[in-house]
Amino acid sequence: MGQTITEKILAAHAGKASVKPGDLIQAKLDIVLGNDITAPVAINEFNKLGVDKVFATDRIALIPDHFTPNKDIKSAEQVKVLREFAAKMGITHFYDVGEMGVEHALLPEMGIVGPGDLIIGADSHTCTYGALGAFSTGVGSTDMGIAMATGEAWFKVPESIKFVIKGKKKKWVSGKDLILYIIGQIGVDGARYQAMEFTGPAIKDFSIDERFTIANMAIEAGAKNGIFGVDDVTLEYVKGRTIRPYQIYESDADATYARTIEIDLADVDMQVAFPHLPENTKSISEAKGLKIDQVVIGSCTNGRIEDLRIAAHIMKGKKVAKGVRCIIIPATQQIYKQAMNEGLFNIFIDANAAVSTPTCGPCLGGHMGILAKGERSLATTNRNFVGRMGSTESEVYLASPAVAAASAITGTISSPEDVI
Amino acid sequence: MNLNGKAWTVGDHIDTDVIIPARYLNTSDPNELATYCMIDYDKDFVTKIKAGDVMVAGANFGCGSSREHAPIAIKVAGISCVIAKTFARIFYRNAINIGLPILESAEASEKIKEGDELEIDLANGKIVNVTRKESYTATAFPPFMQELIAQGGLINYTKKKLGTAKA
Repeated sequence: MGQTITEKILAAHAGKASVKPGDLIQAKLDIVLGNDITAPVAINEFNKLGVDKVFATDRIALIPDHFTPNKDIKSAEQVKVLREFAAKMGITHFYDVGEMGVEHALLPEMGIVGPGDLIIGADSHTCTYGALGAFSTGVGSTDMGIAMATGEAWFKVPESIKFVIKGKKKKWVSGKDLILYIIGQIGVDGARYQAMEFTGPAIKDFSIDERFTIANMAIEAGAKNGIFGVDDVTLEYVKGRTIRPYQIYESDADATYARTIEIDLADVDMQVAFPHLPENTKSISEAKGLKIDQVVIGSCTNGRIEDLRIAAHIMKGKKVAKGVRCIIIPATQQIYKQAMNEGLFNIFIDANAAVSTPTCGPCLGGHMGILAKGERSLATTNRNFVGRMGSTESEVYLASPAVAAASAITGTISSPEDVI
Repeated sequence: MNLNGKAWTVGDHIDTDVIIPARYLNTSDPNELATYCMIDYDKDFVTKIKAGDVMVAGANFGCGSSREHAPIAIKVAGISCVIAKTFARIFYRNAINIGLPILESAEASEKIKEGDELEIDLANGKIVNVTRKESYTATAFPPFMQELIAQGGLINYTKKKLGTAKA
């Protein structure tokens, strides 16, 4: 019987010829990831195990990105735990402020993750790397702590849902709109415990940056992982970039799926997710006109170079509306430099937008753009839960960089068509 | 193990940002985290509950972030068990790993009302609603997870496997 790409990667890492949904397996890990919030707890658990070294110094990534540059004394203490552990254990992939980027943008960019890998991360958006044809999933700190010692983790093999994407993208519609549309259709637990596999003739029209965005938000439908097959777009990205050899897996034609969902891009408009769940999506025409106080363009979901380019394209020669704060956060130092060299910062700064060093910052209500009671933010981030960006009486609306840039200019939720 | 406590009901899709908001994640001290448990849902939650009380939730409890701080905060605040219609995947895994008892039962989730007195037989997944004179059975854990639970979580299980556990 055929297998899905998810099943094949899990089987290969468990040393088995095949696995099926529901199987409990022990699998070898290629990369184990943690950040400044989750790794201190993981390091504490690691220390309880009675081992004196990590399973491999070059297979652990410690990225202090959430509350960095350190927002307060307590955060500074947390990052110090990572820094000292990394030094003591000789961990290769520890990147401090100056080299640091938002973890899920940084790891692919540096070639630390690649096709066919099995990755766990103590961060729910670890599912991002599925864009490269890898199996990657979020876990908690205890799993991370143990994996740092053993290089292994247990998994229940998930069922897969096959999304067949066809048709042609409408103007301004991006990967963010597609994944918001899907979450709106299936709900925030529509893929709970399952793999979301993105296939179909239209996938070739989604850039690698868009695929990262789509895989990134699989968790917002409750999924264990989001995954794409490897094609020319993937290969062009990973060529000369991955620091370990990679392996290409593809789903068999007779693989078994829990269900198949076909999506015609003719039905997908620009989307806005209303408070307080990512499934509360509306098309841009239904969302337009709501007054906003802040716009955030950044995060592991949409802080990549293409996201900044589209925002700059829309904001060029215009000003952010009075009364709106527009905060732009390139996700990594490399993206920051590239945006600067391409002149995007001139456009943003001339428009009265603020440009920040890489950080998760406001996405999770950490720092760099917290909302007061009664305020409303339109953000390219991934969650709009109660209090996610600040006051429990504030509101977060999720959208693409194009919608975010247009909305910053008008001061209300807007389509790029309204300003271009 | 048998547990006794009063039920505190919450709705569907209770996310980890509500259980423990990120603004309190600049610490990993379990006792400090516990003081903020459910603060964005009900700011007086931790003062209202008594040690041993049970949280009864709807669908997809613990969705969102992977923060283990969420089950830690619930456990240290004194909640003895979380019953839900369904759990989000990472929360489910984290709860078992750290030894926070959880039970999945759609019937219990629907029928238990706030304030009901519950008696729970964890080993057999039996929930007795003393107030309503009803009983419900939770979904059984797979044998591997039963072993994890029996050994007090993933750390003890792994120590035994690695041979680093003290006899």
